Amino acid sequence: MRFVVRRGIFYLITAWAAVTINFVLPRLMPGDPVAALLAKSQGQIDSSAEDAIRLLFGLDQDASIWQQYVDYWGLLLHGNLGVSFMNFPTPVTEVIAQSLPWTVGLVGIATVISFTLGTLVGMGIGWRRGTWADGLLPATTFFSAVPYFWLGLIAIALFSVTLGWFPASGSYDRSMIPALTPEFAGSVIRYGTLPAFTIVLSSVSGWILGMRNMMVTVSSEDYVTVAQAKGLPERSVVVGYAARNAILPQMSSFTLALGFIVGGTLIMEMVFSYQGIGFLLYQAVGNHDYPLMQGCFLVITLAVLVANMAADVIYAVLDPRTRQEG
Amino acid sequence: MATTTTTAVTTTPTPDGAGTPAIRRRQRLLFLRNAKAMTGLVIIGVFAVLAVIGPWIAPMDPDALSSDVLSPPSAAHWLGTDHLGKDILSQIMVGTRGVMIVGFTAGILATVIGVLVGVTAGYIGGAGDEALSALSNVFLVIPQLPLIIVIAGQLPSAGGLTVAAVIAVTGWAWGARVLRAQTLSLRRRDFVEAARANGERTWRILTAEILPNLTAIIAAGFVGTVTFAVISQITLAFIGVTSVSDWNWGTILFWAQQNQALARGAWWWFAPAGLCIALLGMGLTLVNFGIDEFVNPRLRSTGLHARELRRRGIRPRIGFTPVVHEAEEGRR
Amino acid sequence: MTATVSDRRPPAVPERTPVLEIENLSVDYGYDDDPAHVLRGVSLTLHRGEVLGLAGESGCGKSTLAYAATRLLPPPGLVTGGRVMFTDRDGSRSDVLALSDAELRAARWQDVAIVFQGAMNSLNPVFRVGRQIADGIRAHRSVGRREALDRAAELLEMVGISPDRLRDYPHQLSGGMRQRVMIAMALALEPQVLLMDEPTTALDVVMQRQIVEQIAELRERLGFAVVFITHDVSLLIEMADRIAIMYAGEIVEDAPAREIYQRPRHPYSSALLHSFPPLRGARRELSGIPGAPPNMAHLPTGCPFVPRCPHAADACRAGRPTLGPTAFAEAGRSVACTLHDGAREVPQELAQR
Repeated sequence: MRFVVRRGIFYLITAWAAVTINFVLPRLMPGDPVAALLAKSQGQIDSSAEDAIRLLFGLDQDASIWQQYVDYWGLLLHGNLGVSFMNFPTPVTEVIAQSLPWTVGLVGIATVISFTLGTLVGMGIGWRRGTWADGLLPATTFFSAVPYFWLGLIAIALFSVTLGWFPASGSYDRSMIPALTPEFAGSVIRYGTLPAFTIVLSSVSGWILGMRNMMVTVSSEDYVTVAQAKGLPERSVVVGYAARNAILPQMSSFTLALGFIVGGTLIMEMVFSYQGIGFLLYQAVGNHDYPLMQGCFLVITLAVLVANMAADVIYAVLDPRTRQEG
Repeated sequence: MATTTTTAVTTTPTPDGAGTPAIRRRQRLLFLRNAKAMTGLVIIGVFAVLAVIGPWIAPMDPDALSSDVLSPPSAAHWLGTDHLGKDILSQIMVGTRGVMIVGFTAGILATVIGVLVGVTAGYIGGAGDEALSALSNVFLVIPQLPLIIVIAGQLPSAGGLTVAAVIAVTGWAWGARVLRAQTLSLRRRDFVEAARANGERTWRILTAEILPNLTAIIAAGFVGTVTFAVISQITLAFIGVTSVSDWNWGTILFWAQQNQALARGAWWWFAPAGLCIALLGMGLTLVNFGIDEFVNPRLRSTGLHARELRRRGIRPRIGFTPVVHEAEEGRR
Repeated sequence: MTATVSDRRPPAVPERTPVLEIENLSVDYGYDDDPAHVLRGVSLTLHRGEVLGLAGESGCGKSTLAYAATRLLPPPGLVTGGRVMFTDRDGSRSDVLALSDAELRAARWQDVAIVFQGAMNSLNPVFRVGRQIADGIRAHRSVGRREALDRAAELLEMVGISPDRLRDYPHQLSGGMRQRVMIAMALALEPQVLLMDEPTTALDVVMQRQIVEQIAELRERLGFAVVFITHDVSLLIEMADRIAIMYAGEIVEDAPAREIYQRPRHPYSSALLHSFPPLRGARRELSGIPGAPPNMAHLPTGCPFVPRCPHAADACRAGRPTLGPTAFAEAGRSVACTLHDGAREVPQELAQR
């Protein structure tokens, strides 16, 4: 119970911090690009939307900072993140709502595959040290050292441009109308395979390495030796005793690295022009669409927090010590 | 908390704190004997030299246009040219400086913040510790790259040092976290307790007893942050958030991407810059592996190459000690 | 199923038949060209139903001996020679070091069970205690989960723990309870040999005493043989039938417990005994052993105890003494010391009759 409460408080603090960063940032920035943009779109924007943007970016100099902060929260709690300049006059929330499912689908599935695969491979390498499997380590070093987007570029050059196996960009065939048909689903999978493959390829090495090191460390624990002394089958020693304990720190590094991973994979969307929230952020930066930029950051952070909570729940299920009352 | 276990693993076996200077020196030499660490240091050294002399030895001005537009590698242009006939080799050589300066500046800044927050939190304990730990956990969980993009995107002009500062401000938390855990365990060790009982001043205990024992972890954190900073900075340049006229490897990739280098099959435009990043990143990672093995001896390889072990019929396994009958043979 | 095993149980007062014979066991630590020779031709016989104490300073190889004899020594440990003969209840003999992996797995826990040094870390933190006892049973006997758990409950009761602790996780138990659980676990298959590596070191004195008494009582009932490893010689004198003293990877003296206590024949045994207060009987003067144990990677040619030995002579530096009869040719005793070669007179403190 204490574990749950502690984590709950932590997530509240983090969410509060993310919102506050969003509030403070534009107020710290020199110059007023937003004011300039507002001036440019004078007359096209209705007054309530303009008020929202003024509030979001701190253009109301007459209100006290505290009053601004309270009003800011009020806006957020009503789900109002302003309107997007780029897709004028669509509200930011609406623009984000359209791209979020694509990101959750692509980045979510790819990350889960990568974590599972990496953990399994790392488990094998860590258990069988001093064999050929150690030879995989230099390869993983290489993949953990290159930026994600560059692997994306190479993948496009190889599989799209040269071999022509997969489309180089987009998330589905534009000639199709999105619908729940097998054809459309097939197209989504066809377009999603290469980005997903690249995300897995670039992030899997971290999990392999982490799990391998955990396995090596856990293997020398007494309870693993006891399991061998009991004459348990190899499978249950590796899975039930070594890996079952090595996965715990692996899970906590998963929660900690999630922000990093998501950041990296969002870049992948930019490379593949995949219509998720990362690509949206990219377009927002390119078009100086500040409300959208801020909205993207807030939503990404909240999404990472939700994923973190899910990982925490799994951790609590896996580790009886966290469930202890007291 | 769920997360305490990670740090326990990286920190358990530390170099003996009570060690004499002579032992410490020997341990340092031991670190240099590590092949991985040595390879990594050599790679980083080469790039460091290139960062200093790159702009002088570059064969031509990276911004100079020429009539060889988008030409593949040739004798005149070793790594080919871009869409305006600019020499790519020169761009890479000139760009190394920006990469290294931002990487190391951000690394140093983030390490300083990390040491201050982490060591303080671990040493003072109590409510201050709770607050500082919560702060670093918040910074760990908030996705850094989007945050950096949002900050850099709102700055009117994001030059190299601004980028380094932004990266440092968002990227110090990991180091702080590990350092806090290690300081906490050091504080309970006998030699620190003894120093406290002797009435040593806190400042002296921190600098003379605690910091020397954190060297390896600080170094690992520094190397990790430099890696993160290099990759972040290049990513920022690639998506065009930072100034696209300052040369670094990311800028090259930005122009390559903007001008459809992939579709045009101009591999020489984006491959070399990427390989440079990979090489530098590998160098940094290798150094960190070396530090890891130095700090956690369990990770060290067993001392012999797989082939030699096979020849002697040794399969190192947990729970099944290999048996060879060499002692008897030796006696015969 | 347990009934059939019980029927084959040996008589309560065992005749001196060997159950585990370690012959010339050599172990290196390190796979490179310059390994530490941590065990050098150690021979030791454990008889059915006896308690054999193994004592020595830390780093002398006493734990290594137990781990190597069961092939549980972690990398980079390497058995470089010797045999470990196990004699089953039906008299069949097998060399533990020559078994295939599958055979070794099948023999483990069944023939020889181990209780490890740190009770804290010997239990898997993420499994319930009952499951950890039961999985050992189910790996060797074809019984259902229910039956195995019933047996686990029986075993817990046997070591004085309430059966409803079966559903506890290790972190919910105290240190003493965990060690009892380990003992219950080790006895699950009624093994013939129980290796105990410092089983009481991490516990407080009261708990230590309870556990030691419990082991003695269980042995009485179940008739297994025990190798009890500890640096606490006074504890051994009380509970062991026989004691072997180790120094620098070798056994230097092997004798019945009472005799080694009253009449040590090796200078090191004598020194070791004088560094602990006796639990009962007359007080005697305590003295530490001067000097430090040798570096196992670079041992001198002669007797490794020479630098710390008050009776060292040139003969000691010439060659390594081997385990042989004492100068007084006492039955059931052996010692590895040049003083007993007959060339020199045995000093008075090592010659008490």
